[in-house]
Amino acid sequence: MTKYNSMIETISLAHGDGGELTHQLISDLFLRYFHDEALQPLNDAALLPFPAGRLALTTDSFVVKPLFFPGGNIGTLAVNGTVNDLAVSGARPLYLTVGLILEEGLPISVLEEVIVNIATAAREAGIAIVTGDTKVVEHGHGDLIYINTTGIGVVDDCINLDYRRIRPGDVIICSGSVGDHGLAVIAARENFGLEGLKSDCAALHTLILPLLENFSSTVKWLRDPTRGGLATTMKELAQSAQVNIILSEEAIPVHDNVRGGAEILGLDYLYLANEGKFCAVVDKIAVEDVLAFLRRHSLGREAAVIGEIKKGSGRVFLRTALGATRELYLLSGLQLPRIC
Amino acid sequence: METWSTYQQKELANRLLLRVKSLAAAIAGKYGRRPVIMEVCGTHTVALSRTGLRSLLAGCIDLRSGPGCPVCVTAPEEIDYMLFLARQPGVIIATFGDMVRVPGSMGSLEKAKIEGYQIQVCYSPREAVTLARSNPDREIIFLGIGFETTAPAVGLAVKEAAVLRLKNFTIYSAHKLVPPALASLAGDPELKLDGLLLPGHVSAIVGRWAFTFLAKEYNLPAAIAGFEALDILGALLELLVQIQEGEAQVINAYPRVVSEKGNPKAQEILREVFSLAPSNWRGLGLIPLSGLKLNNAYQAFDATRRWPLAIRPSPPPEGCRCGSVLKGLSLPTQCPLFGRHCTPLRPVGPCMVSSEGSCAAYYRYSRKAG
Ligand code: SF4
Repeated sequence: MTKYNSMIETISLAHGDGGELTHQLISDLFLRYFHDEALQPLNDAALLPFPAGRLALTTDSFVVKPLFFPGGNIGTLAVNGTVNDLAVSGARPLYLTVGLILEEGLPISVLEEVIVNIATAAREAGIAIVTGDTKVVEHGHGDLIYINTTGIGVVDDCINLDYRRIRPGDVIICSGSVGDHGLAVIAARENFGLEGLKSDCAALHTLILPLLENFSSTVKWLRDPTRGGLATTMKELAQSAQVNIILSEEAIPVHDNVRGGAEILGLDYLYLANEGKFCAVVDKIAVEDVLAFLRRHSLGREAAVIGEIKKGSGRVFLRTALGATRELYLLSGLQLPRIC
Repeated sequence: METWSTYQQKELANRLLLRVKSLAAAIAGKYGRRPVIMEVCGTHTVALSRTGLRSLLAGCIDLRSGPGCPVCVTAPEEIDYMLFLARQPGVIIATFGDMVRVPGSMGSLEKAKIEGYQIQVCYSPREAVTLARSNPDREIIFLGIGFETTAPAVGLAVKEAAVLRLKNFTIYSAHKLVPPALASLAGDPELKLDGLLLPGHVSAIVGRWAFTFLAKEYNLPAAIAGFEALDILGALLELLVQIQEGEAQVINAYPRVVSEKGNPKAQEILREVFSLAPSNWRGLGLIPLSGLKLNNAYQAFDATRRWPLAIRPSPPPEGCRCGSVLKGLSLPTQCPLFGRHCTPLRPVGPCMVSSEGSCAAYYRYSRKAG
């Protein structure tokens, strides 16, 4: 049983000083929800068995305002985001570290809710939380909670997702609708009163790993279009593979409420973040099979072919519904909701 | 109400597009030049680029962007006054995000923030009222920027502050009204406009009838347009038909949102809280009765009374052509700084800052310098 009266207690600087309160936080809160074996001895480093294959390592820091938004929260984001980075590298997620930076004054009840969400998301994703760290910064020096997660996974030797395999004529598939996460968070943060928006935050490895098992030779490249959205991911792909990309505006799946909401706020959904989608470059011969495979899974139900790889030098073009073609660029500066 | 999907019906759009193109070509043949049509609203500027309409129509219509971005038309001296306010002791500036990076002659609000002054971005004026309540020992000044679309919300915030008897809340009203600015453009001999694409959002507040003077007094065809490709094409067609026939009317081509008399509640708030005042526009200069100042009953909330400053004319940023871009005399790509010395990351003028600004829209969708 927790010794905290979490309704009234808040985080103080002493929770991060390594003393009594730090230990209390670990034993009463973290260990209460994180049950992984490797964590229990509370050593300085976790000692972990590792299966055959290549090691995949990724790290990401999570800052989001508000902490809780429709469809997710900073805890689910911190787990799924890192799991997805492993998955699109072809890795099976194994281990996760969790680093927390807490702001003095954070209600412990809020921290507890985040921890519960981290634990649940990790359990659902089948990734073990093996070590962690907590620091506290003075009030006014942080936005309540920052989380860093590092993920370790293992990649089968037969998997090769090198962009150098990409050839003109290959097809680009997007696993579902774009813009949901980005718009849901902006709408929740600014209280715009847009209804029905929901982040797509989800762990994708349950879809990606079987996909790679079945289509290892025809699925050539994967990426999750998070920050900067679909347009940024496509631009990065075109530049690194030195090809051009033609996308079809009409083919890109977008929910009506995202399209409408983005329109109202003057935002471009192609640049809004996603947290539960991936793009795949697929050999043309396998397109129909891959699509059918994806659509059988709940996370790939809206999968669609959105474009094609062409010979070129790193440019991305969008064919609009009206038949015009315009070029897509990296975003220059922040997307801000407009005034009028 | 039609949904987006019916709206995107490609066939209808393509048929409209063909008609717009052939009519525009006929007009060009008749007059020896492409018809000149100004899209007044920044949202239209963005939509024309985003849908690709601008490039599809480039050969047959001379599309000019107008003074429809609120941040952009804010005069340099108004920006400098905001920077002056930001540096007053004990003050927190509450502002829309677009304003923060606009350069004045002594930096920007963003720079002031880095120097340690308090700048708080709000998405609605009421947030500023809340800010004032939770910071009773600070002076909250809300920067009132925008057209008829945002002014009613600012008016409501002032009314709320009055009910709460807040002593630490003021606004700086730099609001601007669209119809008087259009009168000034319609009468400009240098511009020679053939038609105006009128802003849907502003029209929803003021109503179609607020623009009828364009046809009556200036013989200028105008059409109120929504923001989907089909809305815009429909309105363009209305304009071209008039230009072809030599007629002038103000057509409401956005009837699912815009009514004849507009939004009476919003107008009521405007009348109650504000009265008309002259206002200085970047590029367009001083236009009588084109601004809003607080009414006598609400003068306690007027920042210019609490922090008076003889506002002197400030020069626009060196080399920046925003003034002539806002008047439709230059395209953004014709500015020598466009895309080279002036980009959204390092904006020289306000038109490159706001997402609605013409230069930012042109940069976002086609980076070619002219
Ligand atoms: S490109 Fe920059 S400097 Fe030139 S007019 Fe636009 S904002 Fe001003």
